[in-house]
Amino acid sequence: MSDLTIVRGKRTVAQRILGFFGNSIVNVLLLIIAIFWLVPSVGLLLASLRSVADNSSSGWWTVFTAPAQLTIENYANLLANPTITGSFWNTIMISVPTTAAVVVIGSLAGYAFAWMEFPGRDWLLIGVIVLLAVPIQVALIPLARLFGSVGLFGSIFSVILFHTAFGLPFAVFLLRNFFLQVPTELLEAARLDGASEWRIFRTVILPLGLPAIASLAIFQFLWTWNDMLVALIFTNSQSQPLTVAIQSQLRQFGSNIDVLSAGAFLSMIVPLIVFFAFQRYFVQALLAGSQR
Amino acid sequence: MTQQPAVVPVPTQSGRADGSQPSRRSARRRMFYIALGFLAPALVLLGALVLYPIIYTVIRSFYSPGGEEFVGFDNYVTMFTNETTFTAIRNNVIWVIVAPVTCTVLGLIFAVLLDKIRWATAFKLIIFMPMAISMLAAGVIFRTMFQENPNLGVVNAALVAINSVFSDDSAYPGATVRPDAGLQDDGGTISAPGVNPGSAQNFPLVGVKQSSLPANAAEAKEAPDPDSDAISGTVWLDVVQGGGGENGEVGDGKKGLPGIKVDAVNADGTIAGTAETNDAGQYTIAGLDGQGYVVALPASNFDPGYQGVSWLSSAFINGVVILSYVWIWAGFAMIMIASGLSAMDRSLQEAARIDGASEWKVFTRITAPLLSPVIVVVFVTLIINVLKIFDLVYVIPPGTSKPAANVIAVEMWTVSFGGGDNQGLGSALAILLLILVLPSMIINIRRFRQERER
Repeated sequence: MSDLTIVRGKRTVAQRILGFFGNSIVNVLLLIIAIFWLVPSVGLLLASLRSVADNSSSGWWTVFTAPAQLTIENYANLLANPTITGSFWNTIMISVPTTAAVVVIGSLAGYAFAWMEFPGRDWLLIGVIVLLAVPIQVALIPLARLFGSVGLFGSIFSVILFHTAFGLPFAVFLLRNFFLQVPTELLEAARLDGASEWRIFRTVILPLGLPAIASLAIFQFLWTWNDMLVALIFTNSQSQPLTVAIQSQLRQFGSNIDVLSAGAFLSMIVPLIVFFAFQRYFVQALLAGSQR
Repeated sequence: MTQQPAVVPVPTQSGRADGSQPSRRSARRRMFYIALGFLAPALVLLGALVLYPIIYTVIRSFYSPGGEEFVGFDNYVTMFTNETTFTAIRNNVIWVIVAPVTCTVLGLIFAVLLDKIRWATAFKLIIFMPMAISMLAAGVIFRTMFQENPNLGVVNAALVAINSVFSDDSAYPGATVRPDAGLQDDGGTISAPGVNPGSAQNFPLVGVKQSSLPANAAEAKEAPDPDSDAISGTVWLDVVQGGGGENGEVGDGKKGLPGIKVDAVNADGTIAGTAETNDAGQYTIAGLDGQGYVVALPASNFDPGYQGVSWLSSAFINGVVILSYVWIWAGFAMIMIASGLSAMDRSLQEAARIDGASEWKVFTRITAPLLSPVIVVVFVTLIINVLKIFDLVYVIPPGTSKPAANVIAVEMWTVSFGGGDNQGLGSALAILLLILVLPSMIINIRRFRQERER
């Protein structure tokens, strides 16, 4: 009844204390979780910035007691290694064309499924949805033979083809769903004006579907960039991407943590930049369809 | 983040505009060819590089390793009877049970708690970030973190640090006797036989780092002559910092080893008396009336103490690899569930709260049921994903525990490409994976059909 209660609202002091504590418990809990989630990446970063000798005698957390030991020597060594730099370029040469191909082919098919009327459309679409969940393992042996017989085996092109094909079901399904959101009136008006389907695709669908295409492109890029299994089988030492080059270090040296940590962090830099720059689109792609 | 295209209504059949032409049939045919033109690149690639391989792999799985001979179901029989592949299948079952549930539960907890903090966006970014990095990088990270040596692996370092808070025994790991001192070092226990009361027994030790001596260690001093019913002596680090000094002699700045337990053991093995060294390393065991005691420094003095867990050994390897998977994928579950929550109409929850329902009741009776479609999507996606897990299992386990961590996808790689050279068995394993994802394919088709009917 006093002024105090009016100013502070309806809750009693006890409730307020409880509320504050409940809230801060959640805060502290999530803070601890966040730290736990960060430790692995931060540890890798710090290990990659320590010298070979330091890494073999003590853990990365000792940098907090002796901060002077940081060095970029590992990265310098890594970038002076032609195998690593070559594989870095290979990774780009694989990821960029794959992403472009998936986006172009996927948006063409996505438009057809969303806005064109043709016999068997639903069955074809169900076929695409079925293929969404096909594990890549079923294609490894036959495609290794197929690519071998046409002389593609061991080349970057074989990996591009593989990822493009297995990226398509997701791309088609995702883009179909997005393109369906384009207002019907827009398309009908364009068709009545006599615009060709190709023209509608270019001038109406593509501009309006740009956020969806961006989502897909980021997702596909990261997926191709991070792949190891396909590249492990289909590339040779000249065409291998970064992931394969790094894992061969793991095989060769066992626990050569400095080369490994610098290499692993190098392979993470581009995905992390993409992630932080475009995380909105990345999340959109996940929400739109996640059956990979 | 608010967009949810998966539930967009499909345009009705009548929404087409090409009915105005006189010849509907030719217009339809034209449309068909145009559609084919748009679809052709996708259909050709999917047919040649996804559909054809599935058929080929099915057929190939009935042939011998080299492919010359039809062997019927032999590869499938091998798959379930061979110990290696059987372990792989068993591990996949463990994965499918543990990993999706853990990720989904964590994602759910995070998504619900997110509402209550101001830095929700930062938290989401932190948890979601591992999704962007490769499983190879994650594998390198976890392999490093779980190394056995507590000086190198952060997990064991943390465990040892926590353990040392609770157990405060001063240990001198690695300490041994000076070779010419006439003492025995028997599996960690250092002893001197045949010591009679009234005499002194010294223990010059080596193998302890100066830096690991406790702060209270003082300069070692000769123990005073004992009474006739007592044994006394000094335990010291028989090394002079910077070199010099005479071996086996106290002096020259040598440090005593405080806190070492000394036992006088009877001939029959019972302990007759015990003492602990002081800061100068001196000890005195009094009240001894017999003869010929063994004076022993028990192994507990030199026990290296708790050294953590061998995480990468066969016993724990699956746990470590699954943990790394959870680290990557919990963010995915969190983002999906959080978006489901944000799209939800909160008036029901508010009404329940006003009616006096507890937060827990609101969650279990209203929020969780409304979320269940999203949770099913997350769960199915994770199961499909977990079945074909490869990179983490290929990278994290060291050679010795590889067999214990094996999964179908890794085994498939090993038998068909990684030296096994048995593409028949490899094909059968790939088909097993395909069969295992069939239920989720059916769920996907069902969801699609339901969506169309809406």
